[in-house]
Amino acid sequence: MILPDAEATFEVLLQKLKPLITDNTALVGIHSGGVWLVDRLLPLLGRPVARGSLDISFYRDDFDQRGLRAENKPSQIPFDVQDQHIILVDDVFHTGRTIRAAMNELFDYGRPASISLAVLVDRGGRELPIVPQIAAATIPLPVSQNLQLLQSEDGRFHFELKDSL
Amino acid sequence: MLNPQLTPDGKLRHLLSTEGLPRAILNQILDTAESFVGVAEREVKKVPLLRGKTVCNIFFENSTRTRTTFEIAAKRLSADVINLNVNTSSQSKGETILDTIDNLTAMHADMFVIRHAQSGAAHLIAQHVAPHIHVINAGDGRHAHPTQGLLDVFTIRRYKPDMHNLRVALVGDVLHSRVARSEIHALTTLGVPEVRVIAPKTLLPQHVEKLGVQVYHDMREGLKDVDVIMMLRLQNERMSGALLPSAQEYFKCYGLTPEKLALAKPDAIVMHPGPMNRGVEIDSAVADGKQSVILPQVTYGIAVRMAVMSMLAGNSA
Repeated sequence: MILPDAEATFEVLLQKLKPLITDNTALVGIHSGGVWLVDRLLPLLGRPVARGSLDISFYRDDFDQRGLRAENKPSQIPFDVQDQHIILVDDVFHTGRTIRAAMNELFDYGRPASISLAVLVDRGGRELPIVPQIAAATIPLPVSQNLQLLQSEDGRFHFELKDSL
Repeated sequence: MLNPQLTPDGKLRHLLSTEGLPRAILNQILDTAESFVGVAEREVKKVPLLRGKTVCNIFFENSTRTRTTFEIAAKRLSADVINLNVNTSSQSKGETILDTIDNLTAMHADMFVIRHAQSGAAHLIAQHVAPHIHVINAGDGRHAHPTQGLLDVFTIRRYKPDMHNLRVALVGDVLHSRVARSEIHALTTLGVPEVRVIAPKTLLPQHVEKLGVQVYHDMREGLKDVDVIMMLRLQNERMSGALLPSAQEYFKCYGLTPEKLALAKPDAIVMHPGPMNRGVEIDSAVADGKQSVILPQVTYGIAVRMAVMSMLAGNSA
């Protein structure tokens, strides 16, 4: 399997995202990869856009089987969600369960005008009726494989493909 | 030795005492509590983690504040909460503790929060319950009150993040204080280099220095250059015995006044687990002053209890 260049994919994401930005747009990254993406995207959008981050540990649907994730971070939504057009940003879109959890969490902050989804990679395998509005790359992968976004210290992205346990 | 609080693979299953808890677990509790602090500031102050679970607060000894904060914490995790004040119910009819627990288990309770005047009561229950049931000690006799100890440490960490560079003083009735014990264990495990206890000899346990603390009998000496002052509650019933001359005399020697507070570092914080005896262990000017973090302690107590409950609920044996 030849993986695309993560930096080039990021550039595609940026260009596809730009037309969606309006005065009431907020970018909300999902920990950890989505937050990295948002922090790289924000200065490149050419206008001020509200920033938020979500850690969906408290909203996961597999809590009963797996318990609480040891490394959870505070979610930060420092703007009024009411009437905002929120774009959720995540690195790899797979089953859709993370996005469901993120939407549930968002609604506990208020009632947004709309929520859309922008991801770096759609790897297929969805288990819920959720579709990203923007996917910078589509890479169908078998369940036995796990695609991860990594960020090096200089901020640059790369992909890693592993066999899942 | 097998730690009765942990699952065979080392995860937190019950919270009985801060003693013997590894640093990694203490940090995980504090970090998770940090994530819950923000939840209380949202429009909807609930998360769905404990949806469908039933938490029983069983208080064999009264404590309105502790029970209320556990109740709020469980409700913010979406659990159903049952409160039982057992001294007014079946125990007075002769039922044993374990029979009470078995009956509640038959009603499908998932978690017990236990307050009891007898040291070791929560341990006894933890050893008795089925593997999917969790027990939290909300204070047992003179032994431990781990969530209070943890919320105090959490408060310290929020105001003084550099735990490896702190002087903490505990002042007052260390002998009868389960809070003091839980705090000392948590602070030393987390690497706080200097923990002092300041009290008259009659209110210190024997060999208290073996807990890794420095002992002071003179408050003015003990408060010098400390970052954190933790006042302990003086229980009124101690006055009647031979341990103390009078409340006035105690306040003169061990009450925290603005003058004594001035001996600590200028940015020192003042804590108290409540309920306070104003004019006995603490002067009102200090309790309501700008160095006091006594009310934030209460707020953080909910986040810490949410962290503990959510960690336990996911770790069955």
